[in-house]
Amino acid sequence: MGIIEAKKLIFEYIRRDEDGNVEGITRAVDEVDLDVKQGDFVAILGHNGSGKSTLAKHMNAILYPTVGTVWVDGKDTTNEEYLWDIRQNAGMVFQNPDNQIIGQVVEEDVGFGPENMGVPTKEIWERVEESLKAVGMYKYRKHSPNKLSGGQKQRVSIAGVIAMHPKCIILDEPTAMLDPNGRKEVIRAVRALNQAEGITVILITHYMEEIIYADRAVVMDKGHIAMQGTPREIFSQVEKLKELRLDVPQVTLLAYELKKSGINLPNGILTCEELMHELKL
Amino acid sequence: MLRDITLGQYYHADSVIHRLDPRVKLVTTLLFIVSLFIVDNFIGYAIAGAFLIWLIKVSKVPFRFIVRGMKAIVFLLILAVVFNLFLTPGEVLFTFWKLTITKEGIRTAVFMAIRLTFLIVGSSLMTLTTTPNQLTDGMEKLLSPLKKLHVPVHEISMMMAIALRFIPILLEETDKIMKAQIARGADFESGNLIKKAKSLVPLLVPLFLSAFRRANDLAMAMEARCYRGGDNRTKMKPLVYHRQDAVAYAAAWSYVALCVYFGRIFTL
Repeated sequence: MGIIEAKKLIFEYIRRDEDGNVEGITRAVDEVDLDVKQGDFVAILGHNGSGKSTLAKHMNAILYPTVGTVWVDGKDTTNEEYLWDIRQNAGMVFQNPDNQIIGQVVEEDVGFGPENMGVPTKEIWERVEESLKAVGMYKYRKHSPNKLSGGQKQRVSIAGVIAMHPKCIILDEPTAMLDPNGRKEVIRAVRALNQAEGITVILITHYMEEIIYADRAVVMDKGHIAMQGTPREIFSQVEKLKELRLDVPQVTLLAYELKKSGINLPNGILTCEELMHELKL
Repeated sequence: MLRDITLGQYYHADSVIHRLDPRVKLVTTLLFIVSLFIVDNFIGYAIAGAFLIWLIKVSKVPFRFIVRGMKAIVFLLILAVVFNLFLTPGEVLFTFWKLTITKEGIRTAVFMAIRLTFLIVGSSLMTLTTTPNQLTDGMEKLLSPLKKLHVPVHEISMMMAIALRFIPILLEETDKIMKAQIARGADFESGNLIKKAKSLVPLLVPLFLSAFRRANDLAMAMEARCYRGGDNRTKMKPLVYHRQDAVAYAAAWSYVALCVYFGRIFTL
């Protein structure tokens, strides 16, 4: 069993009117099966309302399945006994950096998680130092988070999560509110964590460029898993991606169009270098 | 424009007072305020004044920063002085139209002015030398005995800390909403007071909405990071008394003793 496993997961949002009568039920996640192995980098894609964020919130025991089960590190998320174990093992980074930074100084914010876990003071300082170094924010440790850029704030949030020594981090659209530079910063930091520290990463995003480094990509649509495979396998199906209203990276699209007009190219080209190589430029 | 407001008026400098434990500063401020109300002669106020000036010197906070805090209470000060001056009964010195000034009136008015001034200067010296974070920490630690009476001390200090963290963010947001509304023709500047107050409604409604949304997000983020109240929580920066803090306590209590002796018991 992997670090995170979901079986026949269904989640329904129930809308109620003022008297508490059920007005309608929206099925946000519909019979999803997912298995993430330790050390994997998995990207979950989908346009707005595809259920990807709802799925992510199940991995941290913020939401509980309506039907089905989710296991984190072999523990059922509905079991209250393991709640804090699960939240420590599966750290979560959210979309808006301003709404998840609690400390007024960078280092204090990173220390917040370990403080909650009851880690001794000396070890908190060690953890804060090592996590800030891991995301390249150590020299900003005395700064106020309000004075940092979006990408820097988001890296601080990531440091705050890894200071809890999780086995897995779930990033729920961490780059949605950032500019292109901030986006690159954050993705670079996430990749480094995955490769150097072996932390399992689950990246939820709707930016296609961000998934090319993933080991596996899962495309969600209307609560279902619509496609699954390596980024290359996903990107070789340009037509299907368009159907799901997802943008394809420009290089991939260009290669696809070139191929369609008769140039001999393989499917699923992901980077400029690859395309140049294939075109023998 | 709103971003320029500095919050919590911390003035950064490297002084003994800045380095003191926040608990010492809180307790000393409290003692100082109490001493101002115990004392009732000029010797006592002279001692209090000397103590205060000495503290300001040691703290390395420029005098103009301290005076700045006074501006806010000038009106209150004048009001208190005027009322005491004219409304205290006693030996009449002179009468002017319907107003009489008494000997006792002058005395209480002067004392009142000194008390209020010292009170404001003393407490702003504390906020100028202590970061808001240290203040909430110190308060949490000082009030922790109240936990036995089921007062949610940790929760209150956590709320204060979060409020402090979000003030600049909400100010920025206010600025943004204001600009968005101005772009759509909202007018925040002209009209009388009532009209101006009414024009704030389209500002406050979205601001409240977004504050609630933020609160929701923050609560989720805190829970995701294993926050579960104050029990079993450790501190990254625990408050520990050092030698300087003991010295400061001794100084504060000797000041109180001096004040009580010269300002109350020993009379000229």
